[in-house]
Amino acid sequence: MRLGRVAHARSGDKGSSANVAVIANNPDAYAFLKEYLTAEHVSNYFRPLMPASVIRYEVPNLHAFNFVLSGVLAGGGSRSLRIDAQGKTLGQAILQLQLPIPENLLSMEIIET
Amino acid sequence: MKNVLLIGNAQAFWGDQMDAPARLLTQQPDLDFLTLDYLAEVSLSIMAIQRERDPEGGYAKDFVETVKSVAPLLEKDSQTRIVTNAGGLNPLGCAKACRRALAEADFGHHKIAVVTGDSVLAQIQESPETSSFSNLETGDSITTVSKNLVTANAYLGARPIAQALAEGADIVITGRVADPSLAVGPCMAHFGWDHDDFDRIAGATVAGHLIECGTQATGGFSTDWLTLPDPHNVGFPVVEVHEDGSLVLTKPPGTGGRVDLRIVKEQLLYEIGDPGNYLSPDATVSFLDLSLQQVGENRVLVSGARGSQPPDTYKVSATYREGFMAHGMLTVYGRKAVQKARRCGEIILQRMDEAGFKPRSANVECLGTGDCAPGIAGGPDENELIETVLRISVADPDRNTVARFTKELASLVTSGPQGVTGYATGRPKIRPVFGYWPCLINRCDVKASTYLPDD
Repeated sequence: MRLGRVAHARSGDKGSSANVAVIANNPDAYAFLKEYLTAEHVSNYFRPLMPASVIRYEVPNLHAFNFVLSGVLAGGGSRSLRIDAQGKTLGQAILQLQLPIPENLLSMEIIET
Repeated sequence: MKNVLLIGNAQAFWGDQMDAPARLLTQQPDLDFLTLDYLAEVSLSIMAIQRERDPEGGYAKDFVETVKSVAPLLEKDSQTRIVTNAGGLNPLGCAKACRRALAEADFGHHKIAVVTGDSVLAQIQESPETSSFSNLETGDSITTVSKNLVTANAYLGARPIAQALAEGADIVITGRVADPSLAVGPCMAHFGWDHDDFDRIAGATVAGHLIECGTQATGGFSTDWLTLPDPHNVGFPVVEVHEDGSLVLTKPPGTGGRVDLRIVKEQLLYEIGDPGNYLSPDATVSFLDLSLQQVGENRVLVSGARGSQPPDTYKVSATYREGFMAHGMLTVYGRKAVQKARRCGEIILQRMDEAGFKPRSANVECLGTGDCAPGIAGGPDENELIETVLRISVADPDRNTVARFTKELASLVTSGPQGVTGYATGRPKIRPVFGYWPCLINRCDVKASTYLPDD
């Protein structure tokens, strides 16, 4: 099941790094993601962009995680030759990530994202 | 003293909706402050090019038009004051142009203040070996690029803005300041907070952070975007900042978009690093005790910001020349469109190579296949796609190499596969490339100053 069934996201740039915030739809989903959506998992998922490092920050009061992906923007906003030089698409990309999400986490879902 | 301050932001970047400031003021005439943010990371390098052509330029000229459009609304009983970083590299030039424009429109009595001192290019060029000037991301010494530096500006804080407002300015024009400081300055001036009242300043910093990207706080760019009401008229954000540093994020009545917990959470975490240590020149802010509550339709209360002493350095954004680039696009339609498009990309690079113009870097993308995030989320079966947009990008220190690329692309219209189309826009434009160099400077080496230029 894709991450987008239990979370929403937003991404952006800082220099040649990107941050991808993932916000769980409910506390149970947050607890599940805390275990399954590790920095290592996210780093593997974004491996084609060659992150130098991935740090996961927990934001329990918002049921959210902030992932900082260093060096994934091939030079960043002004230099990158990629169409997505500023990491605008990475939020949508992470929501496609497949996880073994239990059905009961969908019960509190606010909206299909 | 009012115990709630209304601050609206109607410009998220240079190129945002031109009519937004006047519209927001019309929709929300009781605003105390209107902030307008024009500067992204490398905006100042674009202004540097403009200033080379016109020594009087180097600022966001759009703002002069904005001042004209809002001047009639600032008359009579309006208490709204404007704080903007439109000054770019030349806040004084911007102020002069605004005053001319206001005088011509018979609104010449507005007091305009400028904040200067953010440019630290001279300091860096004098002693580039200083360790704090090393690249924050790579650790490289700035000596590797110091000959090609174009701009270097420290992110100033709220204090000079607050000072300008205390001196009675109606319009404050700055160069580079930290984006949230555009809102923190008015709060400090109005509430009279001490400089070390870090929790309250942290609250105002959160307010500024939430509104700095305009409609991103009211539903733009959100995951739920497709469900927004009236998406053609998404309201620009307004924060009601309380004396204790808590705030309500909202938008004018009758506008589209939405302010809900999901959207506010997304914007809180937009373009940040460690949520426990959000660095700003006014306070280091922790988001980890923030509490969010929907307190009405399109009204979210944000409280619990914690602040501490900011670093004794300012962040600096420097830019340097790094050659040229161009992007060209062609559409390919038909059977095996993606295979044909990828081959077209190879042909262009091969032809350049054989002509002796091998670019330092190049990139070929086939839009429609998932190439925005290449190799990540999976995409459609490429063989099934009936069309794709081929995008070829080339960069090189030598302008001639990039120019050669822009002249090669069109030949595919006749030598490429059947179904090549979409070449109506002509040759790709050659653009200068500016590298981005984030670093630090000691606060004591930066002299921010505020003044109200004489007429």
